[in-house]
Amino acid sequence: MKSIVVSKDRFRSVLDAFSRDYEVLVPVKEEEYFAFKKLEEGVDPDFKFQNTRLSPKQLMQPQSEKMFAYTLEPEAEDAGILSEIPGEVPERLVVGIRPCDALAVQLVKKNFETPEYQDPFWLQRYEKTLFVGFACNDPCATCFCTSVGCGPFHEAGLDVLMVDLGDRFLLKSLTDKGKGLVEKAGGEAAKDKDEKALNKAREEAEKKITCTVPTDKLADQRLNDLFDADFWEEVAFACINCGTCTFLCPTCWCFDIQDEVSRNNGIRLRNWDSCMFPLFTLHGSGHNPRDHKSQRVRQRFMHKLKYYIDKYGGGPACVGCGRCVQFCPVNIDIRRVFEKMNSWASPERKSA
Amino acid sequence: MIEYTDKIREIAKRLLESGQVDMFIGFRKGTVPMMNEPIMIRKPEDADLLHWDSNCGINLANYLPKRTERIGIVAKGCDSRNIVNHVVENQITREQLVIVGIPCTGMIDRRKIADSAGGREVVEVAEKGDEITASGKDFKESFKKKDVLQDNCAICIHRNPVIYDELVAPEVEEQKDVDRYEDIRAVEAMTADQKWAHFQELISPCIRCYACRNACPLCYCPVCFVDESRPQWVGKSIDKTDTLTFHFLRAYHCAGRCTDCGACERACPVGIKVRQFTKKLEKDVKELYDWETGLTLEERPPLDRYRPDDPDEFVK
Repeated sequence: MKSIVVSKDRFRSVLDAFSRDYEVLVPVKEEEYFAFKKLEEGVDPDFKFQNTRLSPKQLMQPQSEKMFAYTLEPEAEDAGILSEIPGEVPERLVVGIRPCDALAVQLVKKNFETPEYQDPFWLQRYEKTLFVGFACNDPCATCFCTSVGCGPFHEAGLDVLMVDLGDRFLLKSLTDKGKGLVEKAGGEAAKDKDEKALNKAREEAEKKITCTVPTDKLADQRLNDLFDADFWEEVAFACINCGTCTFLCPTCWCFDIQDEVSRNNGIRLRNWDSCMFPLFTLHGSGHNPRDHKSQRVRQRFMHKLKYYIDKYGGGPACVGCGRCVQFCPVNIDIRRVFEKMNSWASPERKSA
Repeated sequence: MIEYTDKIREIAKRLLESGQVDMFIGFRKGTVPMMNEPIMIRKPEDADLLHWDSNCGINLANYLPKRTERIGIVAKGCDSRNIVNHVVENQITREQLVIVGIPCTGMIDRRKIADSAGGREVVEVAEKGDEITASGKDFKESFKKKDVLQDNCAICIHRNPVIYDELVAPEVEEQKDVDRYEDIRAVEAMTADQKWAHFQELISPCIRCYACRNACPLCYCPVCFVDESRPQWVGKSIDKTDTLTFHFLRAYHCAGRCTDCGACERACPVGIKVRQFTKKLEKDVKELYDWETGLTLEERPPLDRYRPDDPDEFVK
């Protein structure tokens, strides 16, 4: 582990130096919100942001991704045979990912890299990406990361943690690759006062997170009790079944695979999908096991706050970033759902 | 408008207690600034959950289609026009409804407040009459409501409900001499190429989440054309042609039915001015048929009428 400090004046040149070896992705303000963009001439990284509107999950799982191409030309030798579209992913460096979003990448990875299946598309991108996380000195009022196993200075999934210390950034390496980066940045070694400033910033940031959700009983709740709980209709009433929550969420990974054919040329692609959409579960027979919106709303919350916990034995598939809380058009607030699911006692059990 | 809250609670309680309605649809106070949550209550004692202020921009008519209960519902001018449209289109019957009319002075545009805060996080927004105060860490800023209205509210000419059973307050003055189509004329004046570029630019942030469509009370089709899978009419990627196809066709489906309630634009998580599409059609229908949606229960919208003696050959 190695810590250095770099003055903010010099930071752009550090980024430019990184971009000789990596495709560097930085937060940039576009119109009304922030997004990660490739650093190049004319792109102005701006680290005065709370978080990006869309989560950086798309760096590993683009909204639309071409997987295979094929021809249907009757004469062609390889007619109808899928061939992989070579994905040339450069070595990448994401500078400024928030700790919640970096933890989310680790949670999503449990789905894309299992003993049975390794998703080559996702893993190829992941393996070529280094993460320089940006500690949150000023978390949003809707952040509840500290309740779900994360925090404003959380280090999971990061190669380097970067901290804003006023006139300078402190860069602390957390992996071997991160150490290489920090060395390349060429700043001064962090001194005692910098370490102290970091600790102080962390303490203050954690204090600023005033919003909490209860999770202690989720693992022990009986799955069927929660499934049959009486609050789903109420939770789902306002839901309009759009994909805002799932598309903005850093831990929603569901996708749909489609073929698109133009004349005799076809591609197979996969697109983000959403459990909020009725089509998500529509069977070929015409039957839809989640025909009603309350079933779909229940699915989303059960997956995040129960099935994921039961399957992987850790915390929920939520990192407390608050995007869904802020942007759900009808103000369905996952923090209320945590509360309801955690405290639920089914009437039969109560009377038993 | 926050003072309407007590009256709404009182009416809801009375309607539920007397058994005049089975359920009541309104808003409850949101958990984040400038957002309220649509809520349905069935018990009189829950009436105190109901809330009203200038952040009730979601159109509650969206929650009515095909419901079978007797329903009390609060309705702004635009919501009431969409209720009329629903009744005309057989989505609900007038007899099922007790409409609690809101004389509306417009809804706050949360993006305008966020812009004025210049990147600082707004953690509280309070309103007192026409004075809106947004505050956050180390700042507090006041606005006149007329300067931070949603775009559609700023040009609204039907603030009072057109149909209701009781009003929560006396009618408000309607806005006069409003130029409703300045932005649309600017697009109309473009060349075809410029329009194409303009629309491409407009939808470039679209993530196909369909919040615009789903917030719209008009979009009640059991299966939307973009969700048809056999055959699949529209590609599902974020290819621009497919995305534009969705937006254009959605707008056409709303022609002569759209009340410009602004729920679509309000719901969009990436800030697309989706009303640019629907408003052009709204303008055309006004100019071609002198039709404004949802003002009467007596007539069907112009584009859903079929007459065997139609002068145009192609419909026969």
